[in-house]
Amino acid sequence: MIAKRIIPCLDVKNGRVVKGKNFKGLADVASPVVLGSFYSACGADELVFYDITASAEGRQLFTEVLTEVASKVFIPLTVGGAINTLDDFDRVLKCGADKVSVNSGAVRDPDLIYEAAKRYGSQCVVLSADVARVGEGYHVFVRGGREDTGLDAAEWIKRGQELGAGELVLNSIDTDGVKNGFDLKMLSDLCSDLKIPVIASGGAGNIRHFTELFRTLPFVDAGLAASIFHYGEVSIEDLKSVLADEGIEVRRTK
Amino acid sequence: MTAIIDYGVGNLFSLACSFKAVGAEAVLTSDPEVIKAADRLVLPGVGAFRDAAAKLKESGLWELVKEQAAGGKPLLGICLGMQLLLDKSLEFGEYEGLGLIPGVVRPIAEIIPEGLKIPQMGWNKLEFTGESPIFDGTPEGAYMYFVHSYYCDAPAEYVSAVTEYGAPVTASVRKDNVYGCQFHPEKSGDAGLAVLKRFCELQTRERENV
Repeated sequence: MIAKRIIPCLDVKNGRVVKGKNFKGLADVASPVVLGSFYSACGADELVFYDITASAEGRQLFTEVLTEVASKVFIPLTVGGAINTLDDFDRVLKCGADKVSVNSGAVRDPDLIYEAAKRYGSQCVVLSADVARVGEGYHVFVRGGREDTGLDAAEWIKRGQELGAGELVLNSIDTDGVKNGFDLKMLSDLCSDLKIPVIASGGAGNIRHFTELFRTLPFVDAGLAASIFHYGEVSIEDLKSVLADEGIEVRRTK
Repeated sequence: MTAIIDYGVGNLFSLACSFKAVGAEAVLTSDPEVIKAADRLVLPGVGAFRDAAAKLKESGLWELVKEQAAGGKPLLGICLGMQLLLDKSLEFGEYEGLGLIPGVVRPIAEIIPEGLKIPQMGWNKLEFTGESPIFDGTPEGAYMYFVHSYYCDAPAEYVSAVTEYGAPVTASVRKDNVYGCQFHPEKSGDAGLAVLKRFCELQTRERENV
């Protein structure tokens, strides 16, 4: 059967990876190419590059490094950040991205999902939703989790699937950065009956959190994390070895 | 030289790079002369069967690809490019394929149990069911990256590998010099690159064996 995926997410600003520690043997830990190749060699199943640049020059640098990454790293690449129009899709797909992740841009203009899926195929369109608990329910947030849109998260996710999103990243703002485990309750409440693959994001602090995720919620296809990989707290090789020992199917490269 | 047939479906940049990564000279082309001069051909493809088939016809390369394959030139179809090799597809209607490998492209929903997600998206294992030199050195159970909602229903003698997704799903086909991979070797890490390398070495190794 299909393997559970482990996906490191790299924030890129002005063409350089933000955060990250000095891995042994890596000359330039802020280079998306060096770090992307490193993760690929360690067994990452996919890479997400998130462009957090605000300026046009920075955007240009991002597309340049993305092109270089795509010419050297041969696993699926997802690109997100500042994707608001079909032209944005076009810009990053031309640089070699395989999938494009939409967030605030899709909330502003849900048709973006439909139009992009029609032009490039659903497999290319990833809906990324930043969600937090508000009162009794769940709301969708935008602007990096700072602004409550008031949108009911369950309805938004279903609508995204209907509009043609091929995959969902559910990022729990409530557990993000807390490192106390993925938001199993939120994932279970919002994603258990989706037809598209679900990627859990927010809250991973150690290896056990991944085994707990895949054990408890069989419908979750992938776990995404950033800092625990970048700061070397968890190595992807160790993580996969433990998952395999626990009987969870993962792709081993060594 | 390897010609990657560029007929206007999807971006082929990383596919071209993956051939360079295994030391093969590859060009993206829609030029019939370049295709005729090439040692081997790669037929890529993403999106819907009907659109891709229409574009390949519009580009005037439909017959040329058939001729070249009939003349014995190695041809590798990738993903939708593999599905195009078959007789026909039942994706949103019924559409004619290149007919280089017998069989029909059908929805995977017809053979897999309900509840499994469609498309099959992610890394899955190869199980070899036939002979194909592009897998020489590839271990049984190697993971490759798949993204597809339709599969190639071909006679067993042409199916060289399957992948288990609730049912055995065709992962690779071969008939003589015509090869197909449902997975994306250019996105399957080192295991995928090895397949591309083998494909590029087919003729060299044939000559050495003679």
